[in-house]
Amino acid sequence: MPIEFETPKPIAQTQFVLKTVAEEMMRSKSRYFDEHEHEIPWDYIEFMHTAMKAMGAGSLAPQEKGNGHEGGEEKKEKRPPIAYQSLAAQIEALAWGDVGFYLCTPGGGLGAAAVQAAGTPEQRAKFLARFAGEKPTFAAMCMTEAGAGSDTASIRTRAVLDEKTNEWVINGEKIFVTAGDKSLTEYEKLGKGFIVVWASIDPSAGRAGMRAFVVEAGTPGVRVTKLEHKLGIRVSDTAAISLVDVRVPFDHILGSPTVEKTTTGFKGAMATFDATRPLVAASGLGVARAALEFLKEKLALNGVQIRYGLPRQKLTAVERDVIDMEIMLKSAWLMVIKAVWMADNKKPNALESSMSKVKAGDVGTKITQKVVEILGPLGYSREFLAEKWFRDAKITDIYEGTGQINRLVVARQILGYSGAELR
Amino acid sequence: MYSFDPTEEQQMLVEAVKKYAANDLRPAAHDAEESRELPKKLVSKGWELGLLQASIPEAYGGFGERSAVTGVLAIEEMAFGDLAGTLAVMTPSLFAIPILLAGTEEQKQAYLPKVIEGDWAPYTAALIEYAFDFDPLALKTTAALEGDSYVLNGEKAFVPFAKDAEAMLVYAALDGVTQGFIVPKDAAGLTISDEREKLMSLNALPMYRVKLDNFKVPIANRLGGASGMDFEPVLASMRIAAASAAVGVANAAFEYSKNYAKEREAFGVKIAQKQAIAFMLAEMRTEIEASRLLTWEAAWKLDTGKEDAFTEAYLAYMGAVDMVMMVTDRAVQILGGHGYIREHPVEMWMRNGRGFAAFTGMMIV
Repeated sequence: MPIEFETPKPIAQTQFVLKTVAEEMMRSKSRYFDEHEHEIPWDYIEFMHTAMKAMGAGSLAPQEKGNGHEGGEEKKEKRPPIAYQSLAAQIEALAWGDVGFYLCTPGGGLGAAAVQAAGTPEQRAKFLARFAGEKPTFAAMCMTEAGAGSDTASIRTRAVLDEKTNEWVINGEKIFVTAGDKSLTEYEKLGKGFIVVWASIDPSAGRAGMRAFVVEAGTPGVRVTKLEHKLGIRVSDTAAISLVDVRVPFDHILGSPTVEKTTTGFKGAMATFDATRPLVAASGLGVARAALEFLKEKLALNGVQIRYGLPRQKLTAVERDVIDMEIMLKSAWLMVIKAVWMADNKKPNALESSMSKVKAGDVGTKITQKVVEILGPLGYSREFLAEKWFRDAKITDIYEGTGQINRLVVARQILGYSGAELR
Repeated sequence: MYSFDPTEEQQMLVEAVKKYAANDLRPAAHDAEESRELPKKLVSKGWELGLLQASIPEAYGGFGERSAVTGVLAIEEMAFGDLAGTLAVMTPSLFAIPILLAGTEEQKQAYLPKVIEGDWAPYTAALIEYAFDFDPLALKTTAALEGDSYVLNGEKAFVPFAKDAEAMLVYAALDGVTQGFIVPKDAAGLTISDEREKLMSLNALPMYRVKLDNFKVPIANRLGGASGMDFEPVLASMRIAAASAAVGVANAAFEYSKNYAKEREAFGVKIAQKQAIAFMLAEMRTEIEASRLLTWEAAWKLDTGKEDAFTEAYLAYMGAVDMVMMVTDRAVQILGGHGYIREHPVEMWMRNGRGFAAFTGMMIV
């Protein structure tokens, strides 16, 4: 297909529907949940679960058949796959409503994405079916530790095979687990979730020994020890999780149970990031768009028009800022679209994926910061949401790899360097 | 649907342009800039790629259809070789494309076959004015209807090949609205400067001032005839052309400084192995991609007639102006002292880079 930028119809329809959801179910509650940290937005969770079931999308994670937008009926002519594109657009639309709420969307989240990316067909069947069940269900990814953030290869959580029982025994402490509480704690309104725990099966092997394990909610020895108090995205729970002699069946390991001399295991995690980084980027851009649109509305109300087409020399400072922000936002979104389009078309996208995240991290923070600045007291006031978006957007440049880690990934890609050559 | 794959035809064209940029334009760029001269053969060879010819329908002597997307793909690759050379090769487009977009049937018949039938010939256009607040939509050069002709007054700057031009398009404000006027060779009342423009870069490209002193143009020579033209699509095409050339120049600077950083050693390692350098390169690559995609989208919107195509082209251009300055500046910085020496091309690209803020009207797709 030639170069084209037409939003696919199913995506445009979803965006349209999600705008209403964003306004009715998210925006109206944004402030309340920002000020009542750790309360769970049950209305939103249940609504989204019902809505997604109705739409035939059991989970926000891309299914093998896509998101119900293509495939299925054989009579229809074969359309290009758009599952990731669709997902990115949904996430952007929901994050426009409230990115914290979006992170409370039931479904597999990053946990399911890991199973999807690194699991066998059996594992996918076993672990992912639950998201289409009666109750909303969560899963989460546990990577970060107190002593290992971006340096994920230094993870100290251990998994040892008990050969007598053929079980993995996991010990360690994880922090910053998004939706960890909803994935592990057994709430009556939720289905049984799981967490995906990254652990070493051979610390002497470094990255080559890294594996991910599925730990089901209710497994003895695993518990949430703390819920963080954060700058933004306060409605989304960020959990610390302790694992003490946690036993999981042998087949809960994602990827090969033996350690070769290669770093395949670690690369599994990184492959997950290739898929998820543009999605995180999309969420940041949703917040940025919310802020920029709000600014433009406020300016218009005050009689400030943006005179597109003028040379820089003739623009006011505010016009220049708004125009620069639009350039940033539009181009960042195209970078996301390209990265997920590549994922949909099975093109290797490590570079594009990380670039989209670098860009969205920058754009999300810069735009929300600028909007608060330009709006002055209105921007700083908690009567409006601009200050909240400023706080919410910052996370985009931190989680799923900080802007700096993503710059490293981009640099290694463009220079053809290994991690050893460019540390 | 979204798609980022050029068609096979576009790919073949891009490959041919790439070759020309690498084998012809780039090797000639340094000497051309220093000696202020572009070899004629070089320009002819670029002309033979047929970029303009492929944009003109058969009815007017060409062999294709204009596509802004194809145009930006090609210009980026050519500018990767050398900007001055690219502008020279593409100068006849400045005359032909607006006629194709906005000319009357008679104007198309009269001029388009002439421009493209033979070897490269100096057909050009005059839009830029010598003022800090030059604005293509609010020109200081004026046109007024007097009897059966328009009278033009004002001064144009940066007009490539004006001295030898077979014909040129002159833009002037008619009742405040930018309109184009076709001016034949050796017209009375029009003065072309003896001296070439002296600019920070593009020394290889002969550019001139053009003065219009009560200069008379018959009504039939108004672009679009008596009812005139819509300048916006022309301006948008100029803007995306400039944006894609900026992407090409930036990419040249990025690739060059990247390769340099992988060779140059300091403190026992290649400087590319230092995060201070590697991060600069990562950001350069990222911003190039951002600008490229926005330019592609704007071009696609122009081709498909989307409502916001003109705004999008404006945004793509404004973004590219900042991007190319940032990238080329960093390329010089990465080479350090060597970057400041004219033996390396990065300082020239940095000079080119700043120029994009003033280049609207010097290229079109």
